[in-house]
Amino acid sequence: MSALHIAIIVPFLFALIVPLLYNKIPKIHTGWFVLILPTILFAYLISFIPTLSAGEVVVRKLTWVPSLGINFDIRLDGLSLLFGLLITGIGALVVLYSIFYLTKKGEALHNFYFYLLMFMGAMLGVVLSGNLMVMYVFWELTSLSSSLLIGYWHHREKSRYGAQKSMLITVTGGFAMLAGFALLYVMTGTFTITEIIAQADVVAASNLFIPAMLLILLGAFTKSAQFPFHIWLPDAMEAPTPVSAYLHSATMVKMGIYLVARLSPVFSGAPEWFWIVSGVGLLTLLWGSFNAVRQTDLKSILAYSTISQLGMLMSMLGVGSAAAYYGYEAGYTAATVAAIFHLINHSTFKGSLFMVAGIVDHETGTRDIRKLGGLMTFMPITFTLSIIGAFSMAGIYPFNGFLSKEMFLATMLNATEIADFNMQTFGILFPVIAWVASVFTFIYCMVLVFKTFTGKYQPEKLEKKPHEAPIGMLIPPIILASLVVLFGLFPNILSHSIIEPAVQAIYPASLTGVEHFDIHISAWHGIDYAPLHMTIGIIVVGLLLYLTLPKWQKIYQYLRLHQKDPVNYAYDYLLEKLVVVAAKITNIQITGLLRDYFVYMYVFLLGLTFYTMYRFNAFAIDTINVAPIPLYVWFVVAVVTAAVIVVPFINNKVVAIISVGFVGFLVSLFYVLFRAPDLALTQLLVETVTTALFLLCFYHLPELRKEKSKPTFKWVNVIISVGVGALVTVMALSALSFGNKKPFESISQYYIDNAHDLGGGDNIVNVILVDFRGLDTMLEILVLGIAALGVVTLIKLRMSGKEDV
Amino acid sequence: MKNNLSLHTITQIAVFIVLSFSFYLLFAGHSNPGGGFIGALMTASAIVLLYISFDLKTIKKVLPFYYPYFISTGLLIAMGTGVSSTLFGYPFLTQFFEYVNLPILGETELTTALVFDIGVFLVVIGVALLIITTIAEDED
Repeated sequence: MSALHIAIIVPFLFALIVPLLYNKIPKIHTGWFVLILPTILFAYLISFIPTLSAGEVVVRKLTWVPSLGINFDIRLDGLSLLFGLLITGIGALVVLYSIFYLTKKGEALHNFYFYLLMFMGAMLGVVLSGNLMVMYVFWELTSLSSSLLIGYWHHREKSRYGAQKSMLITVTGGFAMLAGFALLYVMTGTFTITEIIAQADVVAASNLFIPAMLLILLGAFTKSAQFPFHIWLPDAMEAPTPVSAYLHSATMVKMGIYLVARLSPVFSGAPEWFWIVSGVGLLTLLWGSFNAVRQTDLKSILAYSTISQLGMLMSMLGVGSAAAYYGYEAGYTAATVAAIFHLINHSTFKGSLFMVAGIVDHETGTRDIRKLGGLMTFMPITFTLSIIGAFSMAGIYPFNGFLSKEMFLATMLNATEIADFNMQTFGILFPVIAWVASVFTFIYCMVLVFKTFTGKYQPEKLEKKPHEAPIGMLIPPIILASLVVLFGLFPNILSHSIIEPAVQAIYPASLTGVEHFDIHISAWHGIDYAPLHMTIGIIVVGLLLYLTLPKWQKIYQYLRLHQKDPVNYAYDYLLEKLVVVAAKITNIQITGLLRDYFVYMYVFLLGLTFYTMYRFNAFAIDTINVAPIPLYVWFVVAVVTAAVIVVPFINNKVVAIISVGFVGFLVSLFYVLFRAPDLALTQLLVETVTTALFLLCFYHLPELRKEKSKPTFKWVNVIISVGVGALVTVMALSALSFGNKKPFESISQYYIDNAHDLGGGDNIVNVILVDFRGLDTMLEILVLGIAALGVVTLIKLRMSGKEDV
Repeated sequence: MKNNLSLHTITQIAVFIVLSFSFYLLFAGHSNPGGGFIGALMTASAIVLLYISFDLKTIKKVLPFYYPYFISTGLLIAMGTGVSSTLFGYPFLTQFFEYVNLPILGETELTTALVFDIGVFLVVIGVALLIITTIAEDED
């Protein structure tokens, strides 16, 4: 176990301490303790930058389940470092912000920070693990912890709805992804990412290529809120604002982007990958930006804007995948560079914007832009921050968003020149959609700033008198906004240290032959630069549309978009149907009648066992090797049979129980006859105790009515029971003959030989129970204990009235 | 059955015999027929016999046990023997045995399997009696 392993595990350990700190030191806000952790981890990860920018990759191995190829391996390359820095860096800022956002009074801080730390650890696990299975485990843990964070204010119905929605959608995608990983394993025989990448040609040639790709993309798209799975993100805004800033803009929702980038070397170059990733990305970009404009809640605007920005990142990765098809020419890898750069920029400006929205909410009591307005004079710093963030997102110079937006437009223009993938026909859609979506992006950015901070001040609609936020809430967005300006003015600060290793990780030298990418981002390409013209067009048209917004806003009502996202109807409908169908199936399956359960079980047993035996041709009955049966055994058999036949004809319950017990006692006689004293004893005692139990039960049960059912139904029962009996008999006989035909070595010989020497006992049955198969016994008594608790709860905690369960 | 004198008398004697035999089974189990599971069932059946011939309140006075404790204690003992072997670097649930000379018993085999078996014994007694008494006490 290396320091990097510990870095992943520490947040989980720390999460366990948080509740103690919360209880023991109530005077200090628990967040201050939590803040230490991401800060240290951030500094620790920074220390890897020189190593990675020198072109090296840090690998730490830890075997876990080597027989299944599942190992807790860590691979720190440019891509994971970038994400690791985002997770810890933004994490530290968010924790600092949350200290001032969540008050000590009335907030379950220990829960909050427990979930947050769990989330942080899980995220680090996802980006650092070099094994797909380990990554999947952490991936699902992020779904779980984020859902807990969304539902943090669990007394609100909307929070619970949002938490459930995000959980259902992302976990469903996660399951699909798991299946995709399994298919990759089938193709390559390994879960280690680098080994899979090394066999990229094997994967590409396989029949399972498309299914694996689709399943994995499903996981990536649900997590990264791509259309039509984006609907969970707006509802996730019920979470506290620090959570929104952290999970839903900077880190978790970018997991899908991470996954697509990480597996690009395996799948890119295929037209399907190109079209699905860039197509879904563009669609999400357009849909998100179009819908953001109609929102009235600050966080809803930001949620849809995040959706659209994630679509934008996805589309860039899609276009970048063409590089694999064209031998990694710089013209195509530029799309990936743009994606990485925009990913960083998005985290900075969107993080600060979420924090600004939180400040507005915190200091005025509302996030509704219809109630807000004229806050500029009350909150000058917040206003400045929102201008920096929003203008960057809109793509205005000199902020970093301008640079990445121009790079984005450039790659979309480049995409039209791709000669394959049917791009001659559809290629023109790429820049057109990008441009239209950017116009809408510009509009909602303006809405975000100017509807909140300028215009008419309406104090009567606000819950509190607005004033500037406390300094602690301002520092994190100030830091992020300074980065926005810094990266905008000096875009190459990160080129060598962060972006180059990240691009190198997406285009590994083993495939591309490119040992080192040289990346230079420039702001000015001359007056004839086409993306610049597009940007000017965006600003002009966007400004016009923003100023005439009230006139054309009716279009949303006309398109019936004014209430909720249409995809939500599908989701709600499916959820409702799920409950109905589940109830129907439950009603068929769980009738409350023991008889029905036996019918199901026996029919299943008959079907499965008969098919298996038929399939493997196991009906091999011969009577050659059957031992002679002594007369007294025949006699006992006759008595048992007679006792069994008598049972159904007895009307008295007690007599019936005793005669069933009689059968059991006679069976123990068989064990005695065949010299198995342990089994005989066990059978005898189990029979005694169960008979007593039965007697007790029936003693307390009310007198039952006489059973009246149709004769035909009984015939079904007769057929099933005779069938089961015959099947078991045939099974026993053919097992004997089968064993004779194919003489496997008997396992009993091992125990006979070793029981005394290894187990120190002469009673082989007992030695097997307590020593050779001790784990079985231990879990069996555990099950027994749980069953006893079940019986007790069923009887003691029975509902008193006539409630329906 | 409350005033059945012969049943009472026989029960009082039989329970002792059955109980002693059940303990014998527990300890002899490693080398002869018996063991934790069988011994526990034997004990349970002895106590069930008490419950059947006397009424519940009397038995509760004589045997004031809370059976869930039996289950948890037994589970802890069984798992404890499993864990203790890991403390010495052996795989989980490795059992050890040793022959020692004890003052009265002579050469005796001491084995961790017996401790494990006692755990099983306690759980099974707890489960059997918990279920039986819960059903018997149920008034509804």
